[in-house]
Amino acid sequence: MTHEHQHADGHAHAHDHDHVPHHHSLKHGVVKWMKGWLFTTNHKDIGTLYLLMSLGMLFYGGTMALLIRLQLFEPGAKFFDPNFYNVLVTVHGLIMVFGVIMPAFVGLANWMLPMMIGAPDMALPRLNNWSFWILPFAFTLLTISLFVSGGGPNFGWTLYAPLSTTYGPPSTDYLIVAIHLMGISSVLGAINIIATIINMRAPGMVWMKLPMFVWTWFVTAFLLIGAMPVFAGVVTMILFDRHFGTSFFNAAGGGDPVMYQHLFWFFGHPEVYIMILPAFGIISEVIPTFARKKLFGYEFMVGAVVAIAFLSYIVWGHHMFTAGMALGTQLYFMYVTMLIAVPTGIKVFNWVGTMWGGSMTFETPMLFAIAFVVLFSIGGFSGLMLGITPADYQYQDTYFVVAHFHYVLVAGALLSIFTAVYYWLPKWTGRYYNETLGKYHFWLTMLGVNLTFFPMHFLGLAGMPRRITDYAIQYTTFNQVCTIGAFIFGFAQLLFLYNVLSTMFGKGKRATAHVWEGSHGLEWTLSSPPPYHSFNTPPVIK
Amino acid sequence: MTEQRQKSNRKIITIGSIMAAVMFSFCFAIVPFYNAFCRATGISTSVPTELMAKSYGSGEALPGETREVEVQFLATNNMGMPWEFYPETTSVRVKIGQNAKVMFYARNPTDKDMTAQAIPSMTPVNGVAHFHKIECFCFSQQSLGAHKGRDMPLVFNIDKDLPKEVQVITLAYTLFDATPNSSRKEKS
Repeated sequence: MTHEHQHADGHAHAHDHDHVPHHHSLKHGVVKWMKGWLFTTNHKDIGTLYLLMSLGMLFYGGTMALLIRLQLFEPGAKFFDPNFYNVLVTVHGLIMVFGVIMPAFVGLANWMLPMMIGAPDMALPRLNNWSFWILPFAFTLLTISLFVSGGGPNFGWTLYAPLSTTYGPPSTDYLIVAIHLMGISSVLGAINIIATIINMRAPGMVWMKLPMFVWTWFVTAFLLIGAMPVFAGVVTMILFDRHFGTSFFNAAGGGDPVMYQHLFWFFGHPEVYIMILPAFGIISEVIPTFARKKLFGYEFMVGAVVAIAFLSYIVWGHHMFTAGMALGTQLYFMYVTMLIAVPTGIKVFNWVGTMWGGSMTFETPMLFAIAFVVLFSIGGFSGLMLGITPADYQYQDTYFVVAHFHYVLVAGALLSIFTAVYYWLPKWTGRYYNETLGKYHFWLTMLGVNLTFFPMHFLGLAGMPRRITDYAIQYTTFNQVCTIGAFIFGFAQLLFLYNVLSTMFGKGKRATAHVWEGSHGLEWTLSSPPPYHSFNTPPVIK
Repeated sequence: MTEQRQKSNRKIITIGSIMAAVMFSFCFAIVPFYNAFCRATGISTSVPTELMAKSYGSGEALPGETREVEVQFLATNNMGMPWEFYPETTSVRVKIGQNAKVMFYARNPTDKDMTAQAIPSMTPVNGVAHFHKIECFCFSQQSLGAHKGRDMPLVFNIDKDLPKEVQVITLAYTLFDATPNSSRKEKS
């Protein structure tokens, strides 16, 4: 286990300690500090920026989620008017998808990819700076859209036409430009990641030796390049319909609103895998570490990721079974959707196989990883239920769908990000986080997530429609459980915030280079915190 | 080594950008392709106008065909469309091959001249290809002056290849406001 540990501090990038960049402390003045962060091309700096922005956005979008739950605590729509509720639902979704999950994964990629493949930095550092600094502008625009007269975007994160075209408020245009910026940022980031993985691997780091996190990001980058421009294209068509007299999605002018749904979900389905594949990578790194075993079935894990990515492009129709679709088409989409269960099943099976017979310990990252496997499987199963066409006619547009995608995106993607942060935080900061606090965070999060989202399954099966601001009285009890769970979940994240910040600012025990007893891979051969430029001389790969 | 790497980086940037540009244009390129695809494969639930306009048969009931099909008519206004719009007959029984004529009524209750377009949709899907419109108000846009009303005809027949299990056909029209420069802002 410790073979790579041996030469870890041997390399001793001691000279790097003299090179701590000026912008890492305020000692050299605010201007230098700001300029440093603004113009940095260092993969670790940019990774940190991405992760911190994502952390901020988590509380931004999370506050909206709590407001939504507040409104639904009792029937009667007592707190906000219905339109503002719709705005909350829309912007909560957009922030969580594009502001939290995606930037967090890109941040992790920035931090970890060069260290994992033995490179000094990303392949295109200046492009990297750009991909990050576009994002604050995007989210500023999105925030401005809330305050434009006529109200914020209120049509759901899916921007369905004609709600976003004929009936869209003026703020829709701000949202469209924000989406363009996010798209540019994602595509540039993806190109950078592909270039890094292809060109920057240390000698001997062959494809089938790449850590799973690198593999999953390599595949995700292709999904980003394939999917994000479609989203940018389709919102551009909305813009044209709104202002330039076209009728892409307007039936009266010869267009077709259903075509919007086809295009949106042609982007939307790969998008959900963009948000889950890196999570698969993280879990595949963490479980072997704490089970003290090699990942079970590495080749199959790689194959499964590629298979899922391919399938993700040909199943979009299962989001629109009831939108009007011929029988044969519905059958096709149902069968290929079912097919995704096979590679996903391989992944879950192999994670369990990795734990099987391992000598496991349950540090916070491992707890989160195990929770991920269990809860993501629940989300996967409800996804299979939704994928059955006739059953979907019953479930669609109910809280069952809300329960499903929160299980995969919160209990899946978000928990995997917590896993990654706890796992690599000692590497990044050189200090261990507070383990007790981490465990409290874990258990409160578990309680909160399940209390919030599990009852939604039953609400949905009982017929409560999604995206409504008021509901029939028989749903009250379960909604109150959801709301209480949501507040527990929300406030538990303050523990996480405190834990991360206090570790960043120098509290906690000093970490060794190796950090975890069972850690494996190149990133653990570097000191904790790692030198500013990771590998100036390529490491030796065994 | 580094020079080679730079060259490779440049290649990846170029290929990546081209891929992104292609996917962006894909959205716009899909517009003609989408309609053609739906028409060619017959998986569309909205009825292609040309197909329905094509006259089929003599318009007389076919000898030896005793089947009768019930055809139901529905009319709805798209959101915000102020016209009165309804079928004067909600349901007819027609013999296979026989021409049938029904009337829809539309009235413009507003103070301004308006133009409208009706968009058809038909169920069941496997009846679509065998239902032929000979004349329909949906073939073109309909204009009505302020407070004017009019009967609008629909003439159709059903061909003998209609699958046996189809006994009821429902034809639904949605009326859209197609007034030139009808300000969308105004309504929102």
